Amino acid sequence: MTQLALVIDLNVCVGCHACVTSCKEWNTSGWAGPMTDLRPYDEDPSGTFFNRVQTYEAGIFPNTETYHFPKSCLHCEDPPCVPVCPTGASYKREDNGVVLVDYDKCIGCKYCSWACPYGAREIDEKQRVMKKCTLCIDRITDLSLAESLRKPACVLACPTNARLFGDVHDPNSEVSVAIREEGGYQLQPEWGTRPANHYLPRRKTRIQIHEDELVRADNPLKKEQLPTPEAGETLDDVAW
Amino acid sequence: MHPAFSVIFLTTLIGAGQGLFLALYTGQLYSLARLLPVQSESFYALGSIIALALLVAGLVASVFHLGRPERAWRAATQWRTSWLSREVIALPAAMGLILLYGLFHYLGWTNPLFVVSETLPVDITLIVGALATLASFVLFLCTAMIYASLRFIKAWHSPLTVANFLFLGIASGFMLAAALSAYMGTELVAFYGTWAVIATLLGGVSRGSSLYRNSRFRCKVDMQSALGVHHAQLHQKAQGFMGGSFNTREFFHGKSEAFLLMIRYLFLLLVFALPVLLILLAYLLESSRLPVAAFAIQYIGLVLERYHFFTEAKHPQNLYYQSMA
Repeated sequence: MTQLALVIDLNVCVGCHACVTSCKEWNTSGWAGPMTDLRPYDEDPSGTFFNRVQTYEAGIFPNTETYHFPKSCLHCEDPPCVPVCPTGASYKREDNGVVLVDYDKCIGCKYCSWACPYGAREIDEKQRVMKKCTLCIDRITDLSLAESLRKPACVLACPTNARLFGDVHDPNSEVSVAIREEGGYQLQPEWGTRPANHYLPRRKTRIQIHEDELVRADNPLKKEQLPTPEAGETLDDVAW
Repeated sequence: MHPAFSVIFLTTLIGAGQGLFLALYTGQLYSLARLLPVQSESFYALGSIIALALLVAGLVASVFHLGRPERAWRAATQWRTSWLSREVIALPAAMGLILLYGLFHYLGWTNPLFVVSETLPVDITLIVGALATLASFVLFLCTAMIYASLRFIKAWHSPLTVANFLFLGIASGFMLAAALSAYMGTELVAFYGTWAVIATLLGGVSRGSSLYRNSRFRCKVDMQSALGVHHAQLHQKAQGFMGGSFNTREFFHGKSEAFLLMIRYLFLLLVFALPVLLILLAYLLESSRLPVAAFAIQYIGLVLERYHFFTEAKHPQNLYYQSMA
């Protein structure tokens, strides 16, 4: 069975919010819209978003590292928000595993948001129904688009290619390979919700350099500084 | 969690309504066994109407919780998986049966349909009452399980939640029955008062246990698990927005610890200590006013208790909203 998901590379994300704005732009005018903003230019603005980029800092200055952390619905394989819905408005698509809300059935009771440990669901204050990331379902299933464009808006917008999209059940897909080879992990795995979205950890690239590799004994530029060998010529002196 | 007054009134009002009905039916069973004097039909009819009115008031309050109340009928469809859906079915069922119970008493349809073992005359009110009792208990279970079934909210995910809803609902219902009997001048004040005190004390034990439990546990997940970053010191620098959002409104109560402590002591006083004392006094003084006061005070206390119940719940999504920037 197909399980579409995002894999977000925290090693590459620079926190530019391009995914946030492209998500809002695509979805507010699309199938899942509108994504209502309340008082956008006044005091205490508020609005509906499917995706947010948060920033965290690990460590204490000066030994700190900044994590930009994009956060959206994780499309759990065992979604706790679906069985609690009293109307059946929340559902998981059989064919591709995307968790969706039927806006025509939702009564806005907010119970699903209580049941989601990730806080992935938001109520639209204007339409008064629950909304969440759809993985741009109207885009990824649109066969009239070129295959390279059949991806969520956030994935296409990401300037650093920190967001990968694909089927995590297909072992040879780009996302499965990334999860497997780059140490992909799930958020709050303790609950057993099995989020489909994965995150790739920060990775350090290090090379091992030994002291003698930094100082070349036969460096001609330092010829004068070299100590005179005590026992005649060395192999280095004749090598060139 | 942010305490929603619609849900606070829903759970406290229907709890008192169900409890009142259970009190009426218990009284009828006792009188059937000749342990209590038989009451007039108007007592049962009036009691049922009050119980029904409380359930209707609870239903009206719940409507304010919904974004789209005009579609609420759809909420009865997912009873296989959702406790909320089960409550949506159990509530009208209990209301209908309690209405019938009151109506049959009002119409005086109390001639025995048949007699069991030549000692137990069974009339239509007894049958409908048994069904309504079942519906009331199912409704208590459904209402409590809505909260107790959320495994991510550890403060609620406990059998104590069910016990609290059950005992506190029954306590307020019996308290109301005692108030009603005192007001109508029947001899049942002591009977209902005694059971109200017993239910209140049972509720005190279960609520005290849940308060104790909730003051001690740690959440299963922490920042490290929420982010998947295994560093001992993690701090949030930005939430991803400058204003508020649903996530910062719905899951935070925004009240100080001192305020919540005050609410806690207040509800412990109003739900448990004062009503028990007033019922005791009413018994000693043979007062017809004090049980009414006991019910009113306990109901106000229960509203505070439910408010505190919501603020006790710490949602794991709050890990992602630790600080504004």
